[in-house]
Amino acid sequence: MVSLKPEIRIGFYVCHCGHNIASMVDCADVAAYVGQLPGVVLARDYKYMCSDPGQELIQKDIAEFGLNRVVVASCSPLLHEHTFRAAVAAGGLNPFLFHMVNIREHASWVHTDRAAATAKAKVLARAAIRRAALARELPQRQIPINPGVLVVGGGIAGIHAALTLAEAGKHVWLIEREASIGGHMAKFDKTFPTLDCAACILTPKMSAVGAHPNITLWSHSDVVQVDGYVGNYTVKVRRRPRYVNEELCTGCQECIGNCIYKEPKFPDEFNEGLGKRKPIHIPFPQATPQVVLIDPQVCLNFKRGVLTDRCKKTCVEACGDRKAIDFTQKEETKEIQVGAIIVATGFKPFDVRRVPQYGYGTYPNVYTALEVERLVNASGPTAGEIVLRDGRRPSAIAIIHCVGSRDKKTNRWCSRVCCMYSMKLAHLLKEHSGAELYNFYIDIRAPGKGYEEFYDKLNEEGVHFIRGRVGEVTDWAMIPEEEGKLVIRVEDTLAGVVRRIPVDMVVLATGLEPHADAQAVRRLFNMSCGTEGFFLERHPKLAPVSTFTDGVYIAGCCQGPRDIPDTVAQAGAAAAEALALIDRGHILQEPNTAHVLADCSGCKSCLPLCPYTAIGFDEATHQAVINEALCKGCGTCVAACPSGSIGQHLFEDDEVFSEIEGLLTADPEPTPALAATP
Amino acid sequence: MNAPAQPPAAPPWTPRIVAFFCNWCTYTAADLAGVSRLKYAPNVRVIRLMCSGRVDPQFILEALRRGADGVLIGGCHPGDCHYVEGNYKMLRRFGLLQRMLADLGIPPARVRLEWISAAEGERVKAVINDMTRQLQALGPLDLPGKFADWDAEIADLAATLQTESAKEPEATHTWEPPKVLVQPQ
Amino acid sequence: MPRPKVAFYWCASCGGCEETVVDLAEDILGVVAQVDIVLWPVALDFKYHHLEALADGEIAVTFLNGAIRSTEQESMAQLLRRKSQLLVAYGACAHLGGIPGLANQFGREDILRSNYETAPTVVNEGKTRPQAVTEINGYRPHLPEQHQVVRTLDQVVDVDYFLPGCPPTPELTKAAVAAILSGNLPPKGSVLAPDTALCEACPRRATKPADVKFTEFRRPHRHLLDPQQCFLAQGVVCLGPATRSGCGVQCPGGNMPCTGCFGPTSRVRDQGAKILSSLGANVAGRTAEEIEPTLRGIPDPVGTFYRYALPASLLRRRVDIPHA
Repeated sequence: MVSLKPEIRIGFYVCHCGHNIASMVDCADVAAYVGQLPGVVLARDYKYMCSDPGQELIQKDIAEFGLNRVVVASCSPLLHEHTFRAAVAAGGLNPFLFHMVNIREHASWVHTDRAAATAKAKVLARAAIRRAALARELPQRQIPINPGVLVVGGGIAGIHAALTLAEAGKHVWLIEREASIGGHMAKFDKTFPTLDCAACILTPKMSAVGAHPNITLWSHSDVVQVDGYVGNYTVKVRRRPRYVNEELCTGCQECIGNCIYKEPKFPDEFNEGLGKRKPIHIPFPQATPQVVLIDPQVCLNFKRGVLTDRCKKTCVEACGDRKAIDFTQKEETKEIQVGAIIVATGFKPFDVRRVPQYGYGTYPNVYTALEVERLVNASGPTAGEIVLRDGRRPSAIAIIHCVGSRDKKTNRWCSRVCCMYSMKLAHLLKEHSGAELYNFYIDIRAPGKGYEEFYDKLNEEGVHFIRGRVGEVTDWAMIPEEEGKLVIRVEDTLAGVVRRIPVDMVVLATGLEPHADAQAVRRLFNMSCGTEGFFLERHPKLAPVSTFTDGVYIAGCCQGPRDIPDTVAQAGAAAAEALALIDRGHILQEPNTAHVLADCSGCKSCLPLCPYTAIGFDEATHQAVINEALCKGCGTCVAACPSGSIGQHLFEDDEVFSEIEGLLTADPEPTPALAATP
Repeated sequence: MNAPAQPPAAPPWTPRIVAFFCNWCTYTAADLAGVSRLKYAPNVRVIRLMCSGRVDPQFILEALRRGADGVLIGGCHPGDCHYVEGNYKMLRRFGLLQRMLADLGIPPARVRLEWISAAEGERVKAVINDMTRQLQALGPLDLPGKFADWDAEIADLAATLQTESAKEPEATHTWEPPKVLVQPQ
Repeated sequence: MPRPKVAFYWCASCGGCEETVVDLAEDILGVVAQVDIVLWPVALDFKYHHLEALADGEIAVTFLNGAIRSTEQESMAQLLRRKSQLLVAYGACAHLGGIPGLANQFGREDILRSNYETAPTVVNEGKTRPQAVTEINGYRPHLPEQHQVVRTLDQVVDVDYFLPGCPPTPELTKAAVAAILSGNLPPKGSVLAPDTALCEACPRRATKPADVKFTEFRRPHRHLLDPQQCFLAQGVVCLGPATRSGCGVQCPGGNMPCTGCFGPTSRVRDQGAKILSSLGANVAGRTAEEIEPTLRGIPDPVGTFYRYALPASLLRRRVDIPHA
């Protein structure tokens, strides 16, 4: 038994968390057990410790019983440590004289045997009591916050977040990988369920971004390095050359008209390859910035060898005195300082080649949904006419839902938007072509304002809904009516029959996936990914736009599939979180830094271990010196100091040793039987 | 020796595991397991550290010495460390530690290093259940009991020996030998 | 005024500690002049009954070297404890278990079998072993029994001070004796040596770069070592960073790395674990495949990291040895 200094006076509180803890842990029993441990002045159980009365209880007890340590056994410290530290501070104690025990996430919620969970809660509490006795008062350091914000990704999420912040007077750097902002939304024709024209509602926001004095827009650029910490990030951005000077280009596009290629020849990315563009091009008419760019892969001027002299540089000629075209432009790396980062890097549509039975790439008249968005668009490759790849006009069209969604073979998750956009496309295709429309669905998911009504409207319009996952798309005709058609083979699970439905065109409602480089992006910003690869929010309910890295927020489909209204709401939330952080002006640094003790021998073993070069060597004293402003508190040097001469605030050796001892001294009762382990 | 000696564990015996989880990945994963209401064996007792790089091998030995049947260390996956590479530092120690522990009669299964990301609540469950089963099969390590057995050969021990727990760490000041007392030439 | 009584005793040790006392050279005369030596088996002939005849606490201070490994050593330690006001664990073996403590990697039966039967140099066809009691020509000589476990002195009796080293230096010894005689003593339980690691005193200190990463561990007997450069910078395992100073940096002075005989600082509970942690963390490589070849350069981690401190370590000995 550790001998406790007489002045240690610990107050212990065990939270019922309603039934969350109390149903699996006997809270009164835990309080009674802890109450008789040395140093514990009082031990209480209470229904909701995090509630105002719970916090006031702590403050009252500090005053009344002269508590100088507080231990709360409740949920995860990642959730409520701040709450209780604040409560303890309000009671007049140093907030770091508080220690938290996690008996909800780590006990009541994960065990099935009440005796075992109660015994475990006692053991965890006992360890915390021992550790708390050794807790030291610590000062809290304030670090100023740089008011700039980096927004990564110029889709609707990034655009909305950037504008919100810029309107609040913050300077925003908006970094977009593509040549123009706009993201997927810019490619959409209409938006469900209101059938607003996507361009009509997005373009003004894009222009606003381009014109806003508080926004620095760098398109055709990538974030390559992020250093620093909340409030003080240093970000390196690679600006890829567009071979056109952004400052000088007016967006007149005369160069495009005068390109040596008279006709567009190369697949147009914006139109999903359904249209063509020239080597010098602008991604789409409303592109922001309104600056052309040259594709060096196909521009003759960049092709070394026999073809070189065939290019007369007519674009340069057309540009004339503006002299915007610059074939010598080089890649540049810029460094910016920001206090907060919003990651809004979006999604990638599911690659339909992974479900070969649907015939994409084999049958030319099988389309992805995004291709159809361009096909129905008035400014698309066919000017909104539904003309198939083989030149025909369809009289029957199938839309297959859940391609790359809700499928154990590909992606298990529901992509949330496919039902709605499929119905939108059904409506638009019917409107543009007059064809019969068949939707093949598993379930119709229409949970949103006006969504179910939209489904009703489609039913009234005579669009067919057939419940069943399509087995395959084939051109093998079994009856004359199927000749020259694509046949959908499907089990109609409502009618209970297997059906063959001949159509002219198939639309695959592709699901939403994380970007292929999501892992690299995650590492760049020190975030986590869920198992499916979308970025992980700090808490699924209470911190949906925060990440585990302070000052880094997420918005839009990079966090998970969602529709435009939800994306915009989330982007606004992320902007608000960033604003709240920045307008505080400073952050309180968690005082878990390492510190060198006087007895350092100067062996330099710790120096190579610090990834932040926070450890220096003082040649005068021959000792290591830790710069606490740079130290982030990992404790690696502490563990590695061979003479035990580095400590870590909040995680001192003696604190951890006492916790270990507390976990393992003879258990309060016989170790309960191993609960059934499912 | 009267302190760390434990009463013989009442049947049925089940293993006690001390876990050191890094704040950012594995501890969060354990929270996720809770939020997801996954069910696993109650044998593990988690200590939260900021990084697996903070896991001092002394902590592992101390846990074993105090009666843990196994020690589980959880960190971020390689390349994912919140502190860039603390997990590599743990990994580098780990191979040497495992070899040393083997030479001291502690089989590798008793000390386990796992990379569990914040999203892998399922993995927390799987690892804890698996380790519990493995240790159940290995049986108790019971070093406090072994120490008591070893020290039974010392006669009259209780009367004279400082008890383990009463033995505070040595005084922490520096004592410089008085220089004046060195023999003059 | 009677001179304070002083005793020297040796348990499981090599005799090197006794040498240190002799190495006090002329200074020993000064000590002898001030004290009354009541027990010193290596130099003077005393009998147990002389010791037993003393009153409890009559000896001012006993310097006991050697680990405790047999019933005789154990009972002498207890007897001397009772008779002494101060008991000083003298030298690495009494302090930490020392070289004899390495026997804690093996069981008593293994050791006896090896030493009396299987060692290549042993000729013992009758497989005779030492017996606690034997009958020879009508006499019944008693021999002490060997314990299963090698212990530090403070694992057997209460110890007031520790003088570290294999052996402690004459300087530290003189300083300790003088401090005791003058009553100028630190708190009980202190180690009478500086509480900083050896690097602080090492003349090679300045030659260590700030970015040593180990890609290979080189063993001293296989390489010609640079006489000036930090051993760790040469890839040679040196326990200096994990070991108290106070030795006068004698091994590095003789171009050999520190092996740790002064034991850990007061801030460390397990010397081996700490040096392992430090060396391990500084190995280059990011995968087990890259790291493992480097670590193989330390073929015997227990012998390397716990050369003097296995009995004092957290695990104390190999834990799976059956009693026999």
